[in-house]
Amino acid sequence: MNLDENLFRRESGRMVTALTRVFGLDNLALAEDVAQDAFCRALEVWKIRGVPENPSAWLMTTAKNRAIDLLRRERTARNLVPELGRLLESEWTLVPTLNEFFGENAIKDDQLRMMFSCCDPRLSEQAQIALTLNLLCGFTINEIASAFFSTRSAIEKRLSRGKHVLATSKRLFDLADREFSTRLSAVRRALYLLFNEGYHGASAESAVRVELCREAMRLAALLLEHPLAATPATYALCALMWLHAARLPARLDAAGNLSSLLDQDRSLWDAGLIAKGQEFLELSASGSEVSEYHVEAAIASLHSNAARAEDTDWKSIVSMYDTLMILRPSPVVALNRAIAVAQVEGPERGLEEIRAIADNDRLATYPFYSAALGELELRRGEHDSARRHFQAALALARNPMERQYLALRVERSCVNRA
Amino acid sequence: MSEFVYLYRGGQRPTSPAQGEQQMQKWAAWLQELTQTGHIKDRGQPLEAEGKVVRGKQKIVTDGPYPESKDLVGGYTLVEAKDLAEAAELSKGCPIFESDGLVEVRPVMQM
Repeated sequence: MNLDENLFRRESGRMVTALTRVFGLDNLALAEDVAQDAFCRALEVWKIRGVPENPSAWLMTTAKNRAIDLLRRERTARNLVPELGRLLESEWTLVPTLNEFFGENAIKDDQLRMMFSCCDPRLSEQAQIALTLNLLCGFTINEIASAFFSTRSAIEKRLSRGKHVLATSKRLFDLADREFSTRLSAVRRALYLLFNEGYHGASAESAVRVELCREAMRLAALLLEHPLAATPATYALCALMWLHAARLPARLDAAGNLSSLLDQDRSLWDAGLIAKGQEFLELSASGSEVSEYHVEAAIASLHSNAARAEDTDWKSIVSMYDTLMILRPSPVVALNRAIAVAQVEGPERGLEEIRAIADNDRLATYPFYSAALGELELRRGEHDSARRHFQAALALARNPMERQYLALRVERSCVNRA
Repeated sequence: MSEFVYLYRGGQRPTSPAQGEQQMQKWAAWLQELTQTGHIKDRGQPLEAEGKVVRGKQKIVTDGPYPESKDLVGGYTLVEAKDLAEAAELSKGCPIFESDGLVEVRPVMQM
C-alpha cells in the first residue's frame, strides 16, 4: 500500500489537537513535537514492515503511546491542566483517560475547540488563519508563507506571537462558554477568508490554492457536525464554499490560462458539489437571520443555475449585491455589483458605477479593478482606453497566472482594433 | 538459494515529516522490488535506538556503551540470494546509502 503524500498534513491536526488536550494549550510546542515524533517513528517502522491498512489509526495510536510514555516518565515535572492533572498522574486513570481523548468523537469536538481557540479576538484575522492552518491543517511555516505570498520570517513571527496569546489559557476553548456565538462568527469569518485565499488569492501555485479550499471545507463541515455550531449562517457558509468549489475545475482553460466566470466551460462544473451546495443553501434558510454568507451563496447559486453565461439572472444578482452592500460593504463588493449592473444595463452604466465607488483608492492595487474597467471599455468599443486599463492591471498582477491572463487581455484589445 | 541477513547500520533519522515520507517511499519501493523478484524471506523489523548491553562474567548491565551511532543497527531484513556476491549486489538499491548509513550483508550459517 502506498502512503498518501498528505498523510501527515491530514493527521497532524488531529494528533496535535488531542495532544494539546493532554498537555494544555500552554504546551503547544510539546504537543507539536510529540506529533512529529510519532509520525517519524511510524515511518521508521513502515519503511521496513510496509504501510499498514489503516495508517491514520496507526499514527493516532503511536501518538497516544508517546504521550503515555512521556507522562509516565515526567508525570510531576509537567505543569498540566489542573483538572486533568489528577487523572493523568494516577496509573489507574492515565491510560483510560488518554484512550478517551484519542477517541474519534473526542477528537472531533476537540478540533472544534481548537478552532475556537485559534480564532481568539485578541489576534488579527491573519494570525487566526495562520494558526488554524498550522495547528489544525498541519501546514508548515513554508507552506503558509507560500499560500499567503508572504515570507517565512513574517509567518514565523505571526505564529509565535499567536501561540503566545493562546498559551495564556491552559485549556482549549470551552464550547459551553458564554462567548460561544461571537467566537463562532469569528471562526466562520476565518474559514471564509481561508477559502477565499485559496479561491481568489494571490498564491501562485494552483495546487496550494485547491488545498486551502479543501481544508476550509473540511473544517466548515466539522462545524456542521456540532449541533451548536450548525446554525443557518454556518450552512450558508458551507453552501457558498461548495458552490464555488464546484467551479474550480473550470477556472483554468485547456491551455492552462485563468478563465473568467463568463468564459468558463460550465460542463466542467462539479454537479455533485453544486447539488450539495444547494442542499446547504436550503438548510440555511431556517432562521430569520440573513448573513453575508446567505447572500453570497445565493449569488453563487444563481450562477450555477445558469447553463450558459447569457442565461444568468443578472437582475437578481444586482439586487443581491445591493443587500450585500448593506450587510458588508466593501470596494470589492461594489466592484462586483458594478460588473453585474453592466450586464443588465450595458457597459456605460457599469463604468459609471465603478467610478462612483466610494473609496476606490483602496482598489488601486487590485488588478481586477483596472481589468474590469478595461473589459467594459472593450465592450463599448473603446480599444485604446481598454488597452491602457489592461496594461495598468498587468502591472499589478500578483502571480504568473494573473500576469498571463491580463497579458492576453492587452493583446486582445490590440487585435480587435486592427 | 541461500539466506542472508541485511543489518542496517547508521543512517540519519528523518528531521521533518516531509523528509521522512520521502525516505519511506524509497524504502517501500526497494523492498517491494525485492519482494517481487522473490528475494525477501522476512522483511524483518526496525530496532529502537536505545537499549542495554550485558557483558562479562559478572553480567554487568549498562546503557551502551555503543560503538558510534553511525554503526548502530537500526533494523534487519532476511533475504534469499544465489550467493554472497548477489546478496551484496541486491543491497545496493537500499536508500540507507543516501542518508550516510550502511548495509552489513551476512550469510546465515547453513548446516
